[in-house]
Amino acid sequence: MNEKSLSGFEEIRHTADWALRVWAPDLSTLFTQAAQGMYRLEGVEIAPTPRVERQISVNGEDAESLLVAFLNELLYLQETERLAFDTFQCVIKDHSLDVKAQGGPINHLNKAIKAVTFHNLSIRTTSQGLETTLTFDV
Amino acid sequence: MVRLQDIRKINDYEWEIPATYREDMRASVRLFVTRRLLEASLEDLSLEQAINAATLPGVVDPVVVMPDMHQGYGFPIGGVAATRVSDGVVSPGAIGYDINCGVRLLASQIPYEQAEPYLDDLATALNRYCPSGVGTEGEYRLSHEELDQVCRLGARWALKRGLASEEDLRRTEEGGCLEDADPTRVSHKAKERGRTQLGTLGAGNHFLEVDLIEQIFDPEAAQAMGLQEGNLALLIHCGSRGFGHQICTDYVQDLQSAVKKYGIRLPDRELVCAPIDSPEGRNYLAAMRAAANYAFCNRQLLAHAARRAFEEVFAGKVRNWHLHQVYDIAHNMGKIETHLVNGKPLKVCVHRKGATRAFGPGFTELPEEYRPLGQPVLVPGSMGTASWVLIGTETSMQRSWGSTCHGAGRVLSRHKAKKEIRGERLRDELERRGIHVRAGSMSGLAEEAPQAYKDVDEVVETVAGAGIARKVARLRPVAVIKG
Repeated sequence: MNEKSLSGFEEIRHTADWALRVWAPDLSTLFTQAAQGMYRLEGVEIAPTPRVERQISVNGEDAESLLVAFLNELLYLQETERLAFDTFQCVIKDHSLDVKAQGGPINHLNKAIKAVTFHNLSIRTTSQGLETTLTFDV
Repeated sequence: MVRLQDIRKINDYEWEIPATYREDMRASVRLFVTRRLLEASLEDLSLEQAINAATLPGVVDPVVVMPDMHQGYGFPIGGVAATRVSDGVVSPGAIGYDINCGVRLLASQIPYEQAEPYLDDLATALNRYCPSGVGTEGEYRLSHEELDQVCRLGARWALKRGLASEEDLRRTEEGGCLEDADPTRVSHKAKERGRTQLGTLGAGNHFLEVDLIEQIFDPEAAQAMGLQEGNLALLIHCGSRGFGHQICTDYVQDLQSAVKKYGIRLPDRELVCAPIDSPEGRNYLAAMRAAANYAFCNRQLLAHAARRAFEEVFAGKVRNWHLHQVYDIAHNMGKIETHLVNGKPLKVCVHRKGATRAFGPGFTELPEEYRPLGQPVLVPGSMGTASWVLIGTETSMQRSWGSTCHGAGRVLSRHKAKKEIRGERLRDELERRGIHVRAGSMSGLAEEAPQAYKDVDEVVETVAGAGIARKVARLRPVAVIKG
């Protein structure tokens, strides 16, 4: 099986908001896929230049808390600095996450997500790796 | 999954899921629905979410859901839960990210016939004066000190700057200012988001709507509100923007550790909470009130901008172009209120998420002219259908924690709406029906299409049938401005 099928994301049905199923072989790829899926839902287009780098550090109770905090941090940078990212290097410890994120200014955005929620959030182990479903408030 | 046979019928408009349905429930769930709406609600997770809400520590029987309910995240949209102040919890997720999302109604003396030739100009002017869209910044760029004042003063901040009238404030829930708001409990991030967004509409399901007052059902109440059949009115639907979203985000994250500290077990982490009488609970309530005050001020500034648009378009063309305030009310809020429970007054924190306070006649919290009638309730519909003005009743105090519905309620997912509906075609269809549309994005317009929502008239007939609100007036949209 190639890498593409081992990690990815897809939008799933939700009445009022947006939900995204994300899967990956490991936690750090899961975080990257979740970020890319979130931007895809919003219709984010990143300008090719200038390239921008940000260091993101968050703390949390567990992996789910780190994931929500990380994505909410991206939403904060999106709204306050009009920045989005396409490359992530994640270092995950028990209660902390450090990410080197590279990207650029947002050229276009269809619809902003208000927040990433904890609704029924659980990172599950599957035969292929890890999987989770995120619900976003729009 | 809850099934129809698990739900007990009380009457044609009221149903119940008993507290015995699931072991962890601390209260029953009371549903204000017709059989048809009930069957529709079984198609998503709204009732499961209401059952989950009934497990919150200190919740008082019953948890209530309205006919416009739909699946949310953690707590259903259209839900009401009251928790005891003495030993209950407050849950940010049960109030929502858009703290004090709400509605303001302004009415005019402008007859529709006289206004009709200028409605397209009016839509353009409103779109220009009232900034909308994703991450929009407004004309008010506040220093951190000014933002702290907005948090403490709410709509009074606008009054001090000549951007509001005493009547505007008097006819706003809580006078447009909740006490005990504390900006020191708000994060730097929230303040950064809030500083530039005051006086903006935002995107999503938020909108400005010019309406024709099509039909009056309660002449006495309509007269007190200054609503006259055939005249124009303006509805503003928005909330606390990124400021409120960030406050909720911060506290949902922070309280993840509080539930462990207080040994609270929850069926869904989005229902995260803390005892009302705890440092964590008090901090959240103080920050939530700051966001609520921001939202009251935001709608006030939008009302001021809308008045400028009306003046620009109608001055010299009609005799009186003034927009007077009918009411401003929240539908995402947590309020400390005293309700009669088993005949005795009990202090509770009423979480309303997608539900409107609907106090009956006689409450001192209401403006003098509305006190004998009950609290005005503003129910925005979906584009191209109708919006409603209702009034609270004694029954709503007895049956639904002084609450009623807040809108039409979604039935179609945003994903499906975008797939099935073309924004451009929808705009053309609305224009053909005499509704002037200004929208920031065509895909955003498609997501909010009338087909994506329940029939607002059916929702209103249900709450009226149940007696938890009374009909005052039906409004028909003639111009819509969306972000």
